[in-house]
Order: sequence, then C-alpha cells, then structure tokens
Amino acid sequence: MLYREALNKALDEMMEKDETVVILGEDVGFYGGNYRVTEGLYAKYGEKRAIDTPIAENSIVGNAIGMAIGGLRPVAEIMTVNFILIAMDQIVNQMAKLRYMSGGKVELPMVVRTPQGVSKQLAAQHSQSLERFFTSTPGLITMVASDATAAYYGLKYAIELDDPVIFLEHELLYPMKMEIQERKDFDPFKADVVKEGKDITVVSYLKMLHDTLQAVSVIEKELGVSVEVINLHSLNPLDMETISKSVKKTGRFVIVTEEPKTGSFAGEIVSKVTEELFYQLDAPPLRICGEDVPTPYNRKLELLSIPTPDKIAKQIIYWGRENGI
Amino acid sequence: MGKSIVERAYYLMKLGRVFEERAKEEYMKGNIAGFLHLAIGEEAVHVGATLAFGKGDLFVHYREHVWALARGMSPKTVMAELFGKKTGVSKGKGGSMHLFDPAFNFYGGNAIVGAHLPHAVGAAYARKYLGHSEGVLVAFGDGATNAGNYYESLNLASLWELPVLFLNENNFYAIGTRVDRASAVKELYKKAKEFMPAVRIDGMNFFEVFDAVSKAKEYIETEGKPYYIEALTYRYEPHSMSDPGDYRSPRELKVFHDKDPVEFLKKEGIKRGLLTQEFIKQIDERVEKEVEEAVQFALKSPEPEDKELYTDIFCEVCTDVVP
Ligand SMILES: Cc1ncc(C[n+]2csc(CCOP(=O)(O)OP(=O)(O)O)c2C)c(N)n1
Ligand SMILES: [Mg+2]
Repeated sequence: MLYREALNKALDEMMEKDETVVILGEDVGFYGGNYRVTEGLYAKYGEKRAIDTPIAENSIVGNAIGMAIGGLRPVAEIMTVNFILIAMDQIVNQMAKLRYMSGGKVELPMVVRTPQGVSKQLAAQHSQSLERFFTSTPGLITMVASDATAAYYGLKYAIELDDPVIFLEHELLYPMKMEIQERKDFDPFKADVVKEGKDITVVSYLKMLHDTLQAVSVIEKELGVSVEVINLHSLNPLDMETISKSVKKTGRFVIVTEEPKTGSFAGEIVSKVTEELFYQLDAPPLRICGEDVPTPYNRKLELLSIPTPDKIAKQIIYWGRENGI
Repeated sequence: MGKSIVERAYYLMKLGRVFEERAKEEYMKGNIAGFLHLAIGEEAVHVGATLAFGKGDLFVHYREHVWALARGMSPKTVMAELFGKKTGVSKGKGGSMHLFDPAFNFYGGNAIVGAHLPHAVGAAYARKYLGHSEGVLVAFGDGATNAGNYYESLNLASLWELPVLFLNENNFYAIGTRVDRASAVKELYKKAKEFMPAVRIDGMNFFEVFDAVSKAKEYIETEGKPYYIEALTYRYEPHSMSDPGDYRSPRELKVFHDKDPVEFLKKEGIKRGLLTQEFIKQIDERVEKEVEEAVQFALKSPEPEDKELYTDIFCEVCTDVVP
C-alpha cells in the first residue's frame, strides 16, 4: 500500500465508526484531495461529512474549532503546511488555549492534518518545514507520521483524542510504498527504536528518517560503529524516556531534521538532551538540519539546502572522527 | 482602437501561447519542474489588461508567464527562470511561480492565494503618497475572492481612496473546485460592488478587455479611487502539470475552445481591417523563432553557482554581519 492510503484507511475507518467525525478542507471532497489522501470519502460519506471549503485557511481551522465545540470531531486538512500560516491565529490564540483559558471546561477534539517539507522544486513559498511553530506553542500536540504504521494508527489515535492535534505528514512520503505493521497497542507518545545500535543515537522523523536509514550502513562501515535510530511519532509531547535510554547506552546523540537550523525543533531536542544527559555524553550533540535559507527553485541549490542521505552520512562521519570515534 | 495596438496584442498573445505550449513540452522533457501553471486560454486578459494599463505596478499570481511577457520581459530570461538557470529573471531561485522584476514594475509571481492583494493596496498607498500618477493593477483568481485578504483589500482600497484596479480572472475553477461550489455570491463582481464600481466582461475578447481596462485606468487615475473588473475566462490546461484535470466535461471544454482568444483576435482583427493574413503569418514565424531562441538560451545558460544558495537573503550590510 502507499503511505497516503494508510492515512485514507484511518480516516475511512474513523468515519465509518463515528458519525461525528467529519473532514474539511480545500478540494478534500469532490476532488479527492490534492494528494489523494481523502479519495473516495466524498462518495462514501457525502458532502456533509467530506466538506469542501473555499480557499480560506483561517476559516478552515476556525470552523473546525467551532465544530469541535459544537459536538463534532473534525479533521481539517490544510493542503500544505505553507498555507497553515494564514490560520496561525486560530491555531495559536484559539485552538491551543481554549482548554486552559476556560479552566479545562472547553474541549477541542480536533485534528489539523497537513503535509510539510521540501518536495521537488516547488520554491520558497511551497517548501517549508514549520514544526517549530507548533512545538513551541503550549497547548498543542504535534504528531508526525513517518511511515504507514504511524500514519494509520497515529491518525486514528489523534482523532480519538480529546485534545487538538497538529498532524504533520510529508509531501514526498505520500506516493511511497510501505505496509502497516500490526500494532494494536500503538502509542504515538512512545518513540520507536527502528534500528538497534550501541555507539550513536540518531533521532529523526518524516522524510529525514528515511534518508537517515539510507545513510546508516555507510556510517557504520566508515566509522566501524553500530548506529541506533529512533523514529519519533510525536514532537510535543516528546518521549525523552526512549531517547534517554538510548543515549545512556551510546553516549552520542544526533538529530536529523529538514527545517532550517536556527531556532529549529532540533535545537530544542538538543537542549533537552544536554540538560538531562550532559554527563552521559561522550561527544557534543550534533544537529543535521536544513540551511538557514528560503528554499530555492533550482534543483542543485534545493538539494544543497536540505540534508540528503549522502550529506547525513558525511556529516556524521566527520563529526565522529572529530570526536574520536 | 489603433492598428498598432491590435498588432502588438496579436504578437504578445501568440507569443504567450507558443511560449507556454513549449514550456509544457519542456516540462515533460524534465527541463522544467515543480509547479507549472499555464494560462493557455487566458491570454486576452493578460495581454489586454497589460497593454491598456500602461506602466503602473502589476501584482499577479503564480499563473503569470504571459503577464510577464506582455509587460515586455524577455522570453529568454523568463524561460531561463523556468529552467532554473542563473540567467533567469529571478536567477533560478524562484521558478515559474515567482517572476519578479521591479525594472518592469512587475511584482510577482505570488504563490500564496490572495496574499498579494494587500501588497497592491500598500503599493498604491505608497505611490500616491510619493506623488506618482500611475495606478496599481492586481490580478487574482476566482478562488482568491473567498479569502479574508480579498475583503480586507477591497475595504481598504475604498476607504483610503487608492488607485487600485482589482482584476478578477474568473476561470471558473480553483484547482478542482468550481466557482459556484466555493462562492455564495455567484457573480463575483457583485462581491465588490458595495466598495467600488465593478463590472463583468468577456475575458476571451481582447477588445472588450482592452476597453474595460482603459476605462478603469482612466477612472482610478483621475478619481484616485479603486475599480473592479471580473473577466470571465478559461484555462484550457489543468490547474498545473500535477493536476489530472478530470473534473471538467468535454462539452464544457469545447464551449470555451470555440472562444479561443487568439483565434478570436485573429478573426475579429481581420474583419475590422486591423490585421492582415500576411502580418499574422509573419508574426507566427517570428514567435516560433523567438520561443526557440528562448529555449536554446535557457538550455545553454549556466546553473547558478553553489554560493548563490546564501546570496539575496539580506542586503549587503546584513550579509556582512550574518555569518
Ligand atoms: C493560501 C493558499 N491556499 C491554498 C493554496 C493552494 N492553491 C494553489 S492555487 C489554488 C487555486 C487558486 O484558484 P484561483 O484563485 O481561482 O486561481 P487560478 O489557479 O484559477 O488561476 C490553490 C487552492 C495556495 N497556493 N495558497
Ligand atoms: Mg480560478
């Protein structure tokens, strides 16, 4: 199956099971979604549950908040993360704060799904990773779906949760072939160790997780080490327990993300690791991130602006040697 | 209307048509990537409005190749931008959706729907403040008329009495959503009527577009107030190269193909004695040649150097202080 089909299956099953679950967004209904994630749901559940909206992101999120207040479980799709910026007031001032400001009385069981990241030559306004804005906002849960299993179980979990969730996908994962592993007990707030190792801990998610996994064998061969790779399903809350257990074993920590480095979520995770595990570390933590530039259109420059399997391998090998591995 | 204007219009519309058909081919060959939005079918709006509007600032959305060519930007540098080359109008950094050139008062190329409407209002404010007489033209799709930015801009342009021409290119679709499924008010110009004079025109007819925009320009520049035109048009191609475009019926496509703006101008121009078969033939040959040259120029142009990744982020002062 394709990654996007795992998301579709999650939506379909939740809509089947609970008639208060509705989806809304631009072209999600009749058209079937720009990335085909919501395909078939309009035909199956009708226009009252697969709701086509105009190009009005502020309203898409604002309406979803109202729908949640009114008794529904809306799943809003923002076509790509770039357009979520228009809805940031609703997300930061409303969605993230209503429970708290109301002393816990107003509950928002809602999800805002959106793909982010650099796809291929879509240029600066269509090639961004913005997780930092969500993870740094108290009151928001930020989940990431890096594979079909996390897409399927994670999205179902998010829809059932009584809190607002930002659910991040990646544009380049949609057409990727992968299977949903049977994981009845899937908990998005627990990270997965996707590859065990004893010398270096590498944490990643979304597209960069796949690039990291591709880089691992080169790193292991060049440095003569074994690498442990952790796949996060949630950025906030963050499963520090799994990370901590791994770092205590390896003594070395690397985070790979696609976002520009300055002010990144990667920086936050390094702070946490440094604060909590300083004396366990045998090397300074390493951040491998995108460059601090708007994403260029030209393919060569675009690839220079983000980590690639090759660059991930080179940077870790260089850092490893510098730090006496 | 003078013969020279119509001749110029035919040249630009044909240039736009052939340029975009070629861009589509080059996309299939892999020379162009990302989102490529073609305006084939909308040339009468882009060319008619540009010719009638004169030199004032243009703010348009991502379907903008023909606007740029009509403004006088070179097919070579525009094609090179689509190819992502160093010689492109935006040095290969922007691509198809982001053509900018202040030398032509051309400000994009904006890929966030509706985001450029406030820019146009602000630019008109600045121009007026600085004592310029030219107005500002902002073009946007039917889809943009449902966004908050749209209403905020109509209100402010009217409240502050600014010379903005709002040109709504209603091609009936915002990707796969037909205009009547997204807008409560079906005749879009009525969504502006309370704020300013607003008219609806046939955007497949160059003469009608040219006359309406000339009148609008006269109004905004003498009255110093905004004006609104809804031009009914059609994009023959899907939304972009990644849209299957299967939500439109063959019948609907035929209706609009029968109104092909380039063919219409040709027929009508000849009928009115403003164009000749001879002239048309000359132009058609010239355009083929120019587009071929543009492609060759783009192909031969160098890629931007790696260091370009870090240039153009800040002005020189900040480039020196930011490591
Ligand atoms: C704020 C925002 N939301 C969504 C998109 C994705 N998107 C790109 S073009 C488009 C449709 C726009 O339609 P319209 O305004 O009618 O212009 P047309 O493409 O028909 O020229 C959409 C939804 C976007 N670019 N910006
Ligand atoms: Mg449209």
